Amino acid sequence: MKYLKFFLIVIILFPLNSINAEENDKRNKITKNLRCLICQGQSVYDSDSEFANSLKIVVDKKLQEGLSEDQIYEYFKTKYGEWILYDPGLNKNTYILWLLPILIFLIGGAIIYKSFIVKKKIN
Amino acid sequence: MKNKILPFAVIIIFGIIFFIFYKGLEDSKIYTPDVNTKKEIPVFNTKEFFSGENLKSSSIFELDKVYLLNIWSSWCVPCRQEHPLLMNLNLENKLNIIGMNYKDNLQNAENFLKELGNPYKEIFIDLDGTIAIEWGAYGVPESFLIYNNEIIKKYVGPLNQELIDEINLLIK
Repeated sequence: MKYLKFFLIVIILFPLNSINAEENDKRNKITKNLRCLICQGQSVYDSDSEFANSLKIVVDKKLQEGLSEDQIYEYFKTKYGEWILYDPGLNKNTYILWLLPILIFLIGGAIIYKSFIVKKKIN
Repeated sequence: MKNKILPFAVIIIFGIIFFIFYKGLEDSKIYTPDVNTKKEIPVFNTKEFFSGENLKSSSIFELDKVYLLNIWSSWCVPCRQEHPLLMNLNLENKLNIIGMNYKDNLQNAENFLKELGNPYKEIFIDLDGTIAIEWGAYGVPESFLIYNNEIIKKYVGPLNQELIDEINLLIK
């Protein structure tokens, strides 16, 4: 009987726990990608300022309302602008940031290809 | 062939890098919030400061009237400096000043108003700071000039005489 009770408790608690943990993970992930606008070099997750604490509550509320991660980012973007996101999306201000590494990689690759592989073939 | 491509590629890469850094030089290093964009005011539910009754945002802000929403708190030192200016602005009676009491102890807030006067036509409370986030605010003090349910201008930080003059110009 004792064991049965124990197992029942475990079975009842286990899924709730994992759901809770999942929500926490999501919240942490989101708040780590939000910049604390009034702090220096801190994310909302790291900061304990009034602003950051309020933001954490809002993120919790939005998650409870069933908003997805992207929808929450979009919400904060309309309120505070792109700057609040650490991971900016691709737009006219950030295209260089996104395309430059690929470009450099391609040009570098072309140079290496030309100077080593083509050379080898000639030899 | 190889000798021709390599210097050419190097020049292009340096050109691109130069362009990016040059562009970066023009950008301001200090983050400045967007203060001029016209935005609809948010919809929210709150409580009235004195009575504690539930209040809807739509019942506070009417169309065709100019409002100044001021976020304040009794623990905020710059709010004390700005308060006499708000009192004067209220005397001129050109706009309605609405107060948002931000993360405050209500007793302290009442004492603050008793001591310095109450320039607000209406005050609502924001206990956990979430309504301020809805407004896109950064902290206290902060003021929003509102007309026709649209934010005309946003003032981050305490108001001073210069800004009050600017507000008077804007609402003429």
